[in-house]
Amino acid sequence: MPEIHLWSGLRSLADGKEVVEVEGKTVRQVLDDLVAKHPALAPAIAAGVSVAVDGEILPSNKAEPVDEDSEIFLLNKLRGG
Amino acid sequence: MSKIHVTTTVNGDEVEYLCDPRETLLDCLRDRVGMMGVKEGCGTGDCGACSVTVDGRLVCSCLMLGAEAEGKEIGTIEGMADGDQLHPLQQKFIEHAALQCGICTPGILVAAEALLKKNPDPTETELRYWLAGNLCRCTGYDKIIRAVMDAAADMREAS
Amino acid sequence: MALDGSKPQFKLLGTRPNRPDGLDKVTGRARYGADLNAPGQLHGAILRSPHAHARIVSIDASKALALKGVKAVVTRADFATGLTGDDWNMQENCMAGEKALYDGHAVAAVAATTPLLAKDAAKLIEVEYEILPHVTDVDEAMKEGAPVIRDGAADYSVPDGLHPNVVRYYENGKGDLEAGFAEADLIVERSFKTEAAHQGYIEPHACLAQLGTDGQGELWCCTQGHWFVRQMCTAALGIETSQLKVTPSEIGGGFGGKTTVFIDPVALALSRKAGGTPVKLVMSRSEVLRATGPTASASMDIKMGMTKDGRITAASGVFRMQGGAFPGAPVDVTTDLAFANYRIENVHHVGYDVMTNRPKQAAYRAPGAPMAAFACESVVDEMATKLGIDPLDIRLKNGVVEGDRSTYGPKVKKVGLIETLEAAKAHPNYAAPLGPNQGRGVASGYWMNWGGDTSASVAIGEDGAVAVTVGTPDIGGSRASMALMAAETFGIPYENVRVHIADTASLGINEPTHGSRATFASGLAVIQSAKECIQKMCVRAAEKWDIDPDAVTWEDGFAKPSGPNAGDFEPLSIAEIAGEMSDTGGPIAGHFEANPGKFGGSFGTHVVDVEVDPETGRTTILRYLVVQDAGKAIHPSYVEGQFQGGAVQGIGWALNEEYVYGPDGRLQNPIFLDYRVPVASDLPMIDTVIVEVPNPGHPYGVRGVGETGITPPLPAIANAVAAATGVRFTELPLSPPKVLAGIKAAKHA
Ligand code: FES
Ligand code: FES
Repeated sequence: MPEIHLWSGLRSLADGKEVVEVEGKTVRQVLDDLVAKHPALAPAIAAGVSVAVDGEILPSNKAEPVDEDSEIFLLNKLRGG
Repeated sequence: MSKIHVTTTVNGDEVEYLCDPRETLLDCLRDRVGMMGVKEGCGTGDCGACSVTVDGRLVCSCLMLGAEAEGKEIGTIEGMADGDQLHPLQQKFIEHAALQCGICTPGILVAAEALLKKNPDPTETELRYWLAGNLCRCTGYDKIIRAVMDAAADMREAS
Repeated sequence: MALDGSKPQFKLLGTRPNRPDGLDKVTGRARYGADLNAPGQLHGAILRSPHAHARIVSIDASKALALKGVKAVVTRADFATGLTGDDWNMQENCMAGEKALYDGHAVAAVAATTPLLAKDAAKLIEVEYEILPHVTDVDEAMKEGAPVIRDGAADYSVPDGLHPNVVRYYENGKGDLEAGFAEADLIVERSFKTEAAHQGYIEPHACLAQLGTDGQGELWCCTQGHWFVRQMCTAALGIETSQLKVTPSEIGGGFGGKTTVFIDPVALALSRKAGGTPVKLVMSRSEVLRATGPTASASMDIKMGMTKDGRITAASGVFRMQGGAFPGAPVDVTTDLAFANYRIENVHHVGYDVMTNRPKQAAYRAPGAPMAAFACESVVDEMATKLGIDPLDIRLKNGVVEGDRSTYGPKVKKVGLIETLEAAKAHPNYAAPLGPNQGRGVASGYWMNWGGDTSASVAIGEDGAVAVTVGTPDIGGSRASMALMAAETFGIPYENVRVHIADTASLGINEPTHGSRATFASGLAVIQSAKECIQKMCVRAAEKWDIDPDAVTWEDGFAKPSGPNAGDFEPLSIAEIAGEMSDTGGPIAGHFEANPGKFGGSFGTHVVDVEVDPETGRTTILRYLVVQDAGKAIHPSYVEGQFQGGAVQGIGWALNEEYVYGPDGRLQNPIFLDYRVPVASDLPMIDTVIVEVPNPGHPYGVRGVGETGITPPLPAIANAVAAATGVRFTELPLSPPKVLAGIKAAKHA
């Protein structure tokens, strides 16, 4: 199952977990599953996050595919100058 | 408030305008004569974007009143090219990529031309000090300095 | 320099043709924000708070409105209500509501028949203020008892017990910090401060706005992103996005500061109130400095551990950033990128986004990254010096390569840090002899770059010439690089392509030219759109030859049969296909709408030599070298230009530029005389080396290059000054009085 890694600030909202195993085939599905498993994360996800799937940062596209063994990192929503 | 009538010469053409006594030459050139190539970056004489020549002298047009232009000869960027023939400085600025956003470019070209008229063979240091009143935030000045030095060399050869 | 040896051969990419907008810009014809007038236009002026923090008790505009020629006055009451989140922040920043939150905050605006009359009228608007206590320093603003800017502004992330001025909290880390520090032979712990710096674009914000009582409007303005402008203005005014058409002017610099709005909604509100008459609004320089976004200022604590042989074992950082009277200081970038140059197993960062009575910070070139780089690269340099290790070697030893785990989490993709370090080491500047009072500084920096919402279209004209339309305003020559990429894809001359920047009605939405994304994302969009055109042209040729479209290839601007089996036909040029297009199926165009990822970050390494005058404390830059990974430099002159411009902005931030607030909370240096940006005589030539480690996520390998360049200068210069003086400075800018005081204190110690 894909794994989502949380930044430290989020871990207290996910029972202290650093890594959460989730189900889903797209970024949207895994984020939905993450919130379903840890509802306290809902405001953080709603505030906007960037997602890195296997090292590739996907700023906004929730339809991007996620593999069975994907390593997913949540990042603060990035912005440039 | 009653306006002042001014008769002056801009890029060789005689022009007349009415201006408020508080209006700067910069305001008048842009809003009354239509010389939009003269830019305002600060309005306080610190950036050089508004550089023009007045009777051959380099001036920040934001520091001079429009009424003071009476009877003077004003030169702006619009008068730099000779018809469709670009001034060597203009040509070299394009070739050397000496502009990025280009807002400083008219002022820098006018200032550089004024220098080369006085000193056709400036050292890099002389050029850097001459242009110290012209801010460019984009380029770090490197390509501007190279373009002016190259244009100066060409102009010396041609003369 | 392609590292895998598979260097593709390009005909045009990497050449240096003249930019298409060059002629207009050297002749003064190019039209910037303030250069357009409309018949019958009014002129706007804004009244701004002289107080850092004050309740607005009442606003009386009757005297202003009594002047002949004054057509409208607007206050916050003339804007939409009920906004939330970022929209509310933007609207509140454009026009104060209940309180003026900083010196320069807009409280009312007026439109009149001339600019002077508008200014006179603004002065006649009477505002009664109840002055409130204020705070402008980040550390002060976090202390118990500090004046509260706005209660309830904090989001979910802020733990209990922090001051209400702390509005966002970010914590990230991995490994075991304690174990990491236990492993270290050397630990250095220091605190750093950087002041706010302004983007300093030479063109002040300017716009020409028209909004009718029917809710339809047009806006001409200088912006990095006109779809952002459209979204923000329509939100602030309560109209639908499609009702407003925004056309970008030429833009006189932005550097991030023109990705948001300050005056545009105000000009639209004035126009609406004046019955739909166009209103021109142009900021003065002091308005720009007082009321548009500088960068955040920062206060930071860094602790790093290293083994004797120079391996970093642990790193921790606390980053307190003030972003003015609103949430939004880039604490996430500052924290995540702080140690991103390095492979570190045990790392921890904490960031605080703090509000103060200052203007709302705006993005500034690699927003958030330079401050962190200053702090972290200073500590790495100090450790290298203490251990007697060459500063480039220490970076070569710890620098990230593909496959490493980044300090902020994800695995590192293909990047060029090591290549920049090696190129810097090989450069003659690194071996130049140094004299007394001279020192050399080295630092590296990173920007992760960006993709984002991108639309483009490419259309074939009747003569085979190509019109490219993109939505990212051209700030530094991007039309030239778009034309090069299109011409390369088609295999036609550069001159046969003309690039346009569309208004908001002519393409799908686009993010601004920000995040170093234009050449990457709009470039990718242009290439894909061109490929769509090529595919269509191959189909036209196939029909003409009556062969299968798959049997047609495209080469150097011609459709050709793909091989001898496909048939024997004369190749058809783009011009021939275009000339017949009406008879062969109609218009030929391609378009692209997506938000591409895989943007590929860019590392840079800078080497600077300085001389510090021990009598005055003045620092002179003797030599400056920028080495940066561009992936593929499409137009090398403009890539070098980005390197040089970024470096010099960093030099200004390091040596001179700062926001100075008095005890009254007013900005004391709101003109260029006192807010001193680098001038030509301050600088040497800025040497550049373009490293090319292609980005696998772009058809031609492009990585954005705009932002990385401002990240290394702050620490590189601080490190050079430390080498020249023997004193480690931890607060920027390194202004002569500060450096002199530091040298004197060290002598007496
Ligand atoms: S506008 Fe005149 S010097 Fe800046
Ligand atoms: S090119 Fe932008 S200010 Fe000089």
